[in-house]
Amino acid sequence: MLLRQVPSRRRTPRRLTAVAAIAALVLAAPPAAAGADTAGGSGSTLTVAASQPVDSLSPFLAQRAISTNIHRLIYDFLTNYDAETNEPIPALAESWEASDDQLTWTYTIRDGLEWSDGEPLTADDVAWTFTTMMEDEAAATANGNFVANFEQVTAPDEHTVVIELREPQATMLALDVPILPRHVWEDVDDYAEFNNDDLPIVGSGPFVLTEHRPNQSITLEANENYWRGAPGFERLVFTYYNDQDAMVEALRSGEVSFVPDLTPAQADSLEGNDAVTVNAADGKRFNGFTINPGARTADGDEFGDGHPALQDRVVRQAIMRAIDKDALVETVHGGYAEAAEGYIPARYSDYYWAPEDGDRLDFDPDAANEMLDEAGYERGDDGVRVSPDGDPLTFRMFVHNDRPAFVQTGQFMEEWLADIGIEVEGNYVDPNQITDRLNNGEYDLIFTSWNVNPDPDFVLGIHTCDALPEQPGTMRSDSFFCDERYDELYDQQIQEYDPARRAEIVREMQQILYDEAVVNVLTYPDMLEAYRSDQIADIQVQPEPGGNIWNQDGYWSWWSATPVEAAGGDGGGVPVTAIVGIAAAVLVLGGGIGFLVLRRRSATAEDRE
Amino acid sequence: MLGSVVSLLAVMLTGFFLFRILPGDPVRTMTQGRAVTVEQLAELRRQFGLDKPLPQQFLDYCLGLLRFDLGTSFQYRAPVAELIAERLWPTVLLVGTGTVIAAMLGLWLGTRAAWRRGSVTDRLSTGVALTLWSVPTFWLGLILIVVFAGGLGGVLPHLFPTGGMASPGVTGFLPGVLDVAHHMVLPVTTMVAVVYAQYLLIMRSSLLDEMGGDYLVTARAKGLRDALVLRRHAVPNALLPTVTLIFLNLGGVVAGAILVEAVFSWPGLGMLFYEALRVPDLPLVQGLFIFFSASVIFMNLLADLVYPLLDPRVRT
Repeated sequence: MLLRQVPSRRRTPRRLTAVAAIAALVLAAPPAAAGADTAGGSGSTLTVAASQPVDSLSPFLAQRAISTNIHRLIYDFLTNYDAETNEPIPALAESWEASDDQLTWTYTIRDGLEWSDGEPLTADDVAWTFTTMMEDEAAATANGNFVANFEQVTAPDEHTVVIELREPQATMLALDVPILPRHVWEDVDDYAEFNNDDLPIVGSGPFVLTEHRPNQSITLEANENYWRGAPGFERLVFTYYNDQDAMVEALRSGEVSFVPDLTPAQADSLEGNDAVTVNAADGKRFNGFTINPGARTADGDEFGDGHPALQDRVVRQAIMRAIDKDALVETVHGGYAEAAEGYIPARYSDYYWAPEDGDRLDFDPDAANEMLDEAGYERGDDGVRVSPDGDPLTFRMFVHNDRPAFVQTGQFMEEWLADIGIEVEGNYVDPNQITDRLNNGEYDLIFTSWNVNPDPDFVLGIHTCDALPEQPGTMRSDSFFCDERYDELYDQQIQEYDPARRAEIVREMQQILYDEAVVNVLTYPDMLEAYRSDQIADIQVQPEPGGNIWNQDGYWSWWSATPVEAAGGDGGGVPVTAIVGIAAAVLVLGGGIGFLVLRRRSATAEDRE
Repeated sequence: MLGSVVSLLAVMLTGFFLFRILPGDPVRTMTQGRAVTVEQLAELRRQFGLDKPLPQQFLDYCLGLLRFDLGTSFQYRAPVAELIAERLWPTVLLVGTGTVIAAMLGLWLGTRAAWRRGSVTDRLSTGVALTLWSVPTFWLGLILIVVFAGGLGGVLPHLFPTGGMASPGVTGFLPGVLDVAHHMVLPVTTMVAVVYAQYLLIMRSSLLDEMGGDYLVTARAKGLRDALVLRRHAVPNALLPTVTLIFLNLGGVVAGAILVEAVFSWPGLGMLFYEALRVPDLPLVQGLFIFFSASVIFMNLLADLVYPLLDPRVRT
């Protein structure tokens, strides 16, 4: 009897311990966790959630958006883009001048500039950066496209840079090339191997990169001497999250101050949160699909297995008339998008184009059916139309399976096209497979999406005959589109310096794309992002209004952001919550084990009786 | 021993061709959405060594392996061996801790469940373990994040970090250790909760097999206490299948728990592999494949060597 009682008496306090530990776990953390966690070290810290790995910190090599965004912050460029209007504005170059034939550009470099190590920044650094990219193939890996047309770059004195061109080039005020410190870089042996990993990185931008833990965090410190003025926050930290939902939770808990790339559902779920501001910016991107017009090489050799009926423009236009873009905006994007008109998103009002009334290919299944009937595509017994050549209109569609919006759009399209007698086999596959299918011309419909820059040259260039492949397998083109008139206009716009005339040409090009219906845009999705308004008092969007925070052209958002004064950044090394959390976990674990050990002892005692 | 060497060689050879079948063009993925000229694409292809014919690439790969050179990653532009070494310890720390705790918990609960088969404890612990075993790791991890990191949208305090292994800006040894420990709580809990059932079930069933054994009756007849019968006679005999499982899983430790690493943004090998596959970053994928396979082969070899020590019957 005694034996049975002793253990049970000892059991009770242990149980209490376990209960107490769980209680501690739930209750003990200070409610002011928000904000406190983001302040590591002293001073104000702005924490931004990131997900893409950095490919290289060398501006000569870096391709990825995260890397080029960071380069915007740690290096200065010849020119920048205005925060509100996106117009080119002075940066390192305080003024510039073009010769009458537009072939010689003279930039005047600002006085008194310094690198972050105290060395002076002069015209010589600028000339060296461009010249190296022109002479060394490895140095041209990332930004060689900007200097491909350069004849020579010189620095006659420390304030003057002269660029001589072979042909006029409209992008001379949009040279997105970080200027590098010659005194640090000229000793590098092989630019293909050099990742610029010596920290802190010697730069000239509003921030200095001081720490990089790959796929964990990137830390930038404010450059107090920056010529345009010091940034509002003393430190900017990019913290990595692999999972989008976890990222949103980190915003809720205040671990990060800013989260980009939200889904419509996530944006809606954050709308009611008082501490969070959701920014739905006009999209830079278009979502759409291209139709295989018959794949061929630059020499005109046909390849691939595109459906022959798709070479008929009537079929392509009928497909567009079967698609309800407004429904896609409402259902797929939850209203956070705009139904597309021309190729270039509405955000870029200068270049934006919408079709005239008579030319519109608006949603109208009846009209689409009529078009196909007239063109001789009769419906078969199973409701699927057959071309005059006897091919049933059964098309293979390839959709990126990692983008929910694409998948849903694809499913809608299967239904809508069935209504006009076109059977669609939806293939929802890995993006890499999409690339292979496109390059080999083995598709009928294939999804696509591009981020459009303020200068539309590149996205227009991917539909020229020039972009067709030398041989099947890989290419720069996105559609196998090739149209003589379009190419003529493309060459005109790149050499046109008058913005209004250039915009007119670009709009005419969009009309061709729209009419041919090979490259079809469906929506311009909003850029959804959110920040903690109890940590960030004020932040600049670009353009103003309606602009975005992440992925700006320039450093405006992070440079302009100011901390909320009252936020009690305690600045301690390990946040209090960490200690409480660990203590609670240890208590639970220890309590649990102790409890079980005692249970076992008591059990043995019972057995013994 | 010889078998292990042969399997490793086979892995090295297949590693090269297996991943060449992957769809996708690394150069095109890396330059996604960027304004690049044909010259730039050609330069990247040259830097990646993709401009050479396939037999030449294979030869370079084999020669590299002889020199223990796994090549240079496309997307990180760093030696593959260096990247693996960098990510190895976070994975070993997370998955190692998880596996050890799960094994201990599973063995112990399994023993109890078998010893009192049919009791409420047995049915309860087996039931709970099976339920957790069938829960998707991803989902459980997110639920833990929502409850213990996000605080259910402000209802609960923010107790644990949402992800990552360390907070930036934490310096010093003790604060550093505490910080990592703090980050580990949720991922380790997730891992243990999902996997401990397999240890429990194997231990339970192999112990049940032993329970009817005559030697246990003899042991009891000698007047041994029940606990001693269990500890000295039944458990050692029932342990073998479990040891196999532990070694198999330890081999897999380096491959990481990719789902746990993904949900909790843990910078380990599993995530590295996943990111490499998306490009596809061929040298990195190949290097990791060889490394993962080698660890499993090595652990199996080790298990074969450890058996005789545990069980005299295997020695002959």
